[in-house]
Amino acid sequence: MIIASTLTTNLAILVLAGFVGFVVISKVPNTLHTPLMSGTNAIHGIVLLGGLLLLGLGQLDALSKALLVIAVAFGTINVVGGFLVTDRMLEMFKSKPKSPPKVDSEDEQEGKS
Amino acid sequence: MIHTPLASSFLQSEDFIYVLYIVAFALFIQGLRGLSGPTTAVRGNRIAAVGMAIAVIATLLGPSEGNWGLIALGIALGTAVGIPAARNVKMTAMPQMVALFNGVGGGAVALISWVEFRHYGSTYGSHSVHLIGETGTLTITAGGPPTYVAIFSVFAAIVGSISFWGSNIAFGKLQEAIPGRPISFGSAQQAVNLVLLILALAAGIDLVAGAHSELLFIGMLVVAALLGNAVVLPIGGADMPVVISMLNAFTGLSAAATGMALNNPALIVAGMIVGASGTILTNLMAHAMNRSIPAIVAGGFGGGGAVEGASGAGEHAGTVRSTTAADAAIQLAYASRVVVVPGYGMAVAQAQHAVRELATELEKRGVDVKYAIHPVAGRMPGHMNVLLAEADVPYDQLKEMDDINPEFQRTDVSLVIGANDVTNPAAHNTPSSPIYGMPILEVDDSRSIIVIKRSMNPGFAGIENELYFDPKTSMLFGDAKSAVSEITAELGQL
Repeated sequence: MIIASTLTTNLAILVLAGFVGFVVISKVPNTLHTPLMSGTNAIHGIVLLGGLLLLGLGQLDALSKALLVIAVAFGTINVVGGFLVTDRMLEMFKSKPKSPPKVDSEDEQEGKS
Repeated sequence: MIHTPLASSFLQSEDFIYVLYIVAFALFIQGLRGLSGPTTAVRGNRIAAVGMAIAVIATLLGPSEGNWGLIALGIALGTAVGIPAARNVKMTAMPQMVALFNGVGGGAVALISWVEFRHYGSTYGSHSVHLIGETGTLTITAGGPPTYVAIFSVFAAIVGSISFWGSNIAFGKLQEAIPGRPISFGSAQQAVNLVLLILALAAGIDLVAGAHSELLFIGMLVVAALLGNAVVLPIGGADMPVVISMLNAFTGLSAAATGMALNNPALIVAGMIVGASGTILTNLMAHAMNRSIPAIVAGGFGGGGAVEGASGAGEHAGTVRSTTAADAAIQLAYASRVVVVPGYGMAVAQAQHAVRELATELEKRGVDVKYAIHPVAGRMPGHMNVLLAEADVPYDQLKEMDDINPEFQRTDVSLVIGANDVTNPAAHNTPSSPIYGMPILEVDDSRSIIVIKRSMNPGFAGIENELYFDPKTSMLFGDAKSAVSEITAELGQL
């Protein structure tokens, strides 16, 4: 029996994840490319975990702590902001009843512009 | 991974945490699968968010020496910034938002790598030396972390720093805080980029080999930062879709590298998927502009192209027909099929709601209205779709280039709003044009064309648009929003 090292196991995960990523993302239509980008913004916010893991180490000097707090804050901005803004955008794409144009569209426009 | 000899409860067992990570990345993938269609996308995004929550909880379950206060502080700060930003950002500002978020992610990666170096850097390059007492921190091997940890950590630092600074510059350009035109060292640009890249790599190799100098590490971050600036500053506004996608890929890959260094499967998978996504989008965008990625990164929309375009301009001068809102309204009212071709000009003028009102007015008169979306219209992938979705345009009226091109021949009026290069027939007809071969919306096939444009100034690329000199074309000069509103008003009086 071959017992793989941590490195090779992780490399296998890395390569497989790359292929899965290509397959899954290829199916996203052009229409949704902006939400895809903000959604992936949210997902790469997962670097937050790195900050959490290192903060848990203890034996950190003040500079390391400060850097990690910033890193955790950055990651959280990505996660929270990314998922929220993607949700906001995708709600706009939701299927709408054909025609009967909104009567209040004029007011809405003025409100937003 | 953090190993706990003292793991006392099941919840804190390493296997349980690992399983949670697997659940998390499975949810990411399932969530992204939802993005294959607008009806499933909202749920997909929420599934991915649940995955993220699980990943964070799993990490917090792990062994920790505390610092709970600092963790809470970081999360609170991020939430305090992230929520209002996501709530208040205008859809027209999405490219800036995404650029900023890319940068923030890259910055986090670079900072984490820096702390890894501060913590473990003294053992880089000395894996074979057995130091007792490191157990319970990064690895179970009784030595420094293996060399590959240092390699991935340093890689993440370089790419993260490039992404942070590159994204900030992209943000500045999109926000128009710094000029959108290319800023470069001219012909020396490529040499400068190459030197910076070599310097960053050399510093990285030195660090992995065991140069225990924090100063060198900071120097490496600075050189990578300069490289990020040097790569993005020379890139013009029209190339932004490529740049944003590329920086997205960079941030993803750097996150995956951090995952390799920290032995965290959720980070590896999430980072790789984002890397794949950014890479796919970069390729799509570059293809849609008929430009190679190296050519774009090497700087600016080729100076040669602008010159050629300018010299070609003389041939056409004087054959442009301009029209009025009243005439345009009549033309549209008596059409049976109208295709709207939006471009960056629509975004700048925030004209999407006005466009929707015009379309509604036309539909009331029985006109069939569709929207033709070029992949690189706007400043980021899918930019036009989001704006039109915001204005309540049903997404089934938004047609991709390949679907709409055969329909132009049956189209009575194509209404081009603030789009330029993506409609230029020179891409088909003029082999000397810098955009020759670029896939375009074949607007010139339609029976008549109305172009709404501020002035005859050529677009950013400096290429004259042959479409404007087509006898079927009439130009309506003015701001996109007011011009469209005027047409709608005129329609009401017909």
